[in-house]
Amino acid sequence: MKTVFDTSVPGREGVWPEKPRTEPVDFLPEGLLRSGRPNLPSLSELDVVRHFTRLSSKNYGVDSNFYPLGSCTMKYNPKFTEEVAALPGFSRLHPLLPQLPGGGDMASGALEVIHETERLLCEITGMAAFTLHPMAGAHGELTGALMMAAYHADKGHVKTKIICPDSAHGTNPASAAIAGFDVVSIASKDGIIDPEALAAVLDDQVAGVMMTVPNTLGLFERHLPRIVELCRKVDALLYYDGANLNAILGKLRVGDAGFDVVHLNLHKTFATPHGGGGPGSGPVGVSERLIPFLPVSRVFKDEAGRFSLRYDYPKSIGYVAPFYGNFGVVLKAYAYILRLGREGLPRVSEYAVLAANYLRKRLDDVLDVPYNRTCMHEFVASAERQAKRGVRALDIAKALLDKGYHAPTVYFPLIVKEALMIEPTETESKDTLDGFVADLRDILALAETDPAAVTAAPVTLPVGRLDETHAARAMEITDDLG
Amino acid sequence: MPYIPHTPEEVREMLDVVGVASIDELFAEIPDELRPSGLDLPAGMTEMAVRSAMEGLASKNRTDMSSFLGGGFYDHYVPSASDMLISRGEFATAYTPYQPEASQGTLQAIFEYQTAVTRLFDMDCSNAGVYDGGTALYEAVMMAVRHTRRKTVVVSEAVNPIYRIVLSTYTKNLRLTLVTVPHAMGADDMAALARAVNAETAAVVVQNPNFFGVIQDFTALFTAARDQDAVSIISCYPVLQTVLKTPGAMGADIATAEGQSLGLPLSFGGPFLGIMTCRKDLVRQMPGRIAGRTRDAAGRTGYVLTLQAREQHIRRQKATSNICSNQALCALRALVNLCLAGEEGLIRQAALSIENAHYAAMRLSSIPGVRLLTPDAPYGNEFSVLFPINGKKVARALMDQGIVPGFPLGRYYPGLENALLVCCTEKHGREEVDRLARRVEKAL
Amino acid sequence: MIPKDLLYSKTHEWAKIEGGIATVGITDFAQEQLGDITYVDLPKVGTVFEAGQEMGSVESVKAASELYCPVSGEVVEINQELDAAPEKINADPFGEGWMIKVKVTDEPDDLLSPEEYAEIAQAEH
Repeated sequence: MKTVFDTSVPGREGVWPEKPRTEPVDFLPEGLLRSGRPNLPSLSELDVVRHFTRLSSKNYGVDSNFYPLGSCTMKYNPKFTEEVAALPGFSRLHPLLPQLPGGGDMASGALEVIHETERLLCEITGMAAFTLHPMAGAHGELTGALMMAAYHADKGHVKTKIICPDSAHGTNPASAAIAGFDVVSIASKDGIIDPEALAAVLDDQVAGVMMTVPNTLGLFERHLPRIVELCRKVDALLYYDGANLNAILGKLRVGDAGFDVVHLNLHKTFATPHGGGGPGSGPVGVSERLIPFLPVSRVFKDEAGRFSLRYDYPKSIGYVAPFYGNFGVVLKAYAYILRLGREGLPRVSEYAVLAANYLRKRLDDVLDVPYNRTCMHEFVASAERQAKRGVRALDIAKALLDKGYHAPTVYFPLIVKEALMIEPTETESKDTLDGFVADLRDILALAETDPAAVTAAPVTLPVGRLDETHAARAMEITDDLG
Repeated sequence: MPYIPHTPEEVREMLDVVGVASIDELFAEIPDELRPSGLDLPAGMTEMAVRSAMEGLASKNRTDMSSFLGGGFYDHYVPSASDMLISRGEFATAYTPYQPEASQGTLQAIFEYQTAVTRLFDMDCSNAGVYDGGTALYEAVMMAVRHTRRKTVVVSEAVNPIYRIVLSTYTKNLRLTLVTVPHAMGADDMAALARAVNAETAAVVVQNPNFFGVIQDFTALFTAARDQDAVSIISCYPVLQTVLKTPGAMGADIATAEGQSLGLPLSFGGPFLGIMTCRKDLVRQMPGRIAGRTRDAAGRTGYVLTLQAREQHIRRQKATSNICSNQALCALRALVNLCLAGEEGLIRQAALSIENAHYAAMRLSSIPGVRLLTPDAPYGNEFSVLFPINGKKVARALMDQGIVPGFPLGRYYPGLENALLVCCTEKHGREEVDRLARRVEKAL
Repeated sequence: MIPKDLLYSKTHEWAKIEGGIATVGITDFAQEQLGDITYVDLPKVGTVFEAGQEMGSVESVKAASELYCPVSGEVVEINQELDAAPEKINADPFGEGWMIKVKVTDEPDDLLSPEEYAEIAQAEH
């Protein structure tokens, strides 16, 4: 398909403002001006509408396809939240406004949304305070790591290490490293953190332990109370990666369980759309002892109920975002929480966990499930058996694309060979789940009788498997680098 | 329960297959003492009720005022087709394109976006975007630190002060030294900047137009930086780049920008778009996602995420960054807007903004007692005005009349308490500017 | 494939030492594990390394791996062809895929024999 640069015809009229009376050269010396034009496309509105409508038809999305992507929580994105975020009273609000005198009153609706969302997230997670500034999950992790570093520095500790289990999501060690820590990995036992392995590396140099519940295998970390105890002994902070929160809404409040820092993914658990790779939002919650280190600004509500921004927190880590976070995303999550409310949120986890176990039981005769016990909202299967016959997890994933499903997460977590991580979420009907099981079973049967048919997939999509080696070697990353 | 489709009968069937009597059994591993008895949240509401509540909150925000606020975030016109295109479910509800065959829409759009921004800034390479312009600037600094293996970064005080605070927050645990070179009454002090760059310098960081709105040529500074093997980083304003001397022409190594002005709503600060472009030899240091063109076995052109080995899901601790998101839908929106406006449309936006700003500056500086902070310095869409009284007082007086005249610079620049930063886009016509000038004159 | 006339490191590099100069590359096992190599980051001529020190990295589509210098000494030559054609490492890891030449300063004492390396490669498989 052509690119917009191929379709462009110089001089073609787009959506233009009126012709200016002047030219930049009337006001600025030539030496400061661009010589020539930027060579951007010239397209009619119809060209643009057609181009992007056609491009969209080459995409899978939750709106059209089932996405059992483990650790991503690809649940339905309620459309009314889009309307809410687009209300002019929110979308046209300049972020600098509350930094002007009296500006807080003029943005009081927005400040109230922030204040209220923080309060609701505290209630949902059991944490003492929240910041909505981090603009994605990984950003939340970095923010959390920076706060952990600040806490220890404030106490005069010299803490250089952070511990992550080998099943951790890749952003955990990456974030810890940016905050200046060395990362120590510990091996899981029976799929979960082994307290003895943890105790062996927990010395007084350890700033914190980063983990998630359930973990990336979908298993509940049953040694959690012991882990909390071990961390307390050396004043190591316990960090919760909220990627899997969809499993425990209303069933476990991580703050109550002893976590000090928590990040959430609004684009996962709280149903804001993934957008093809963002924007997301990664709010961070903390226990009492970490409150002084939260980033600024913070929204303050006085006794009269008026909202304002406060910056006077001397121990704050500073600004992790230019303003208040991805407010447009926060709005959607806030609306979602209001919609579901106190009865609805726990139901989310109940049905997410039921659906995952249902798929597990309907597939565990044809796929290896390394830890085949009650899982939470996701489970990990292995295609090792099929791989021995030449059909790998990747091939099964591609064959699923041909059947109209987005593939599950593959090759993660790293501790399971030929991993397929499956998370159905609570919004998929039983019909969809049954259809998925039937189609996957067909593929696995085909893998036995005609492996070549599976390894050739996908064959029904606009392109087949793409040469990634060529892409990396040729480095054609713009139209001009071809 | 909204969005949960299961009927009681279906639930029973599933429970049978799983082999448990109730859903509650599936949570048996959670110790009783950790189970909350309930969540103290409001009861769930109907869609109608939530929308009504949110409309009420939205109405408490004064977005009806005549606003001259900028500071790097500008209210340009967004064509109607833009919203419709990007809210298509195939774009909005897609996942990150890790299965490229089912994501060619997203991937081709990223490729087109990368091409568009490299042309705009006259640079070689771009990534798919990072969170915002501040993160982009931080990531650019980290690219320079990794590339040069040096630990000092020279930053002009005329760079967006909010970005400088973000930079300092992120780098404080990394044993880097940030050297801030003071501005010279609103302009960058080129001599001081050049003097500050030496053999320990990883990067020199500037902005054009700078935070005060002043437009300058950094070519000589970048040459001096190159002589010291330091990396030149410049933060730009995309719309004005259609008419201003480009980072590429100045010899910059990395050009970053906030992409909000390319048609993203102001949305009280986010989601925004961090644009990052660089010279070819630095591309392997670039964080975030990058889309590349390739082909399948049948020779059909396709697009994939490439250079992924640098990223967090492969390198883990050694990743170039921890970034996982690329604000894909924001980059798509920027691309769509750029295409709808087209080259001519964007140039007109730039030219009209400059025209309106110069008219506003002329009207304001004609008021007795009021002058421009940098009367001889070239500016584009934004300029700084010096009042005989505290800028906050001027702002307060006008806000009571439904006008936001600009941003009080004293908030981030001690000594400039009497100054306001005023911006115009193509939306600020003569009438609106005349009203601003009249009311300011009255207020003084 | 594990040539008999070379020495090996635990981190899957090989070294051929002749006349005080060590030619260094990565093994067949390593290139196979990595998959199609897309880029290799080599040190500059003149850099001095201790045996076992990190000296660069090699990238493939799905993985990235550090390179460790198996000997102590100064880099005297690097294989310029690998910039445009990193695939030579996959095709001929012990020949055309050579990476650097080092003027050896200390006798390497903890490199593995082909048999010892064979055991390591086997265990990691």
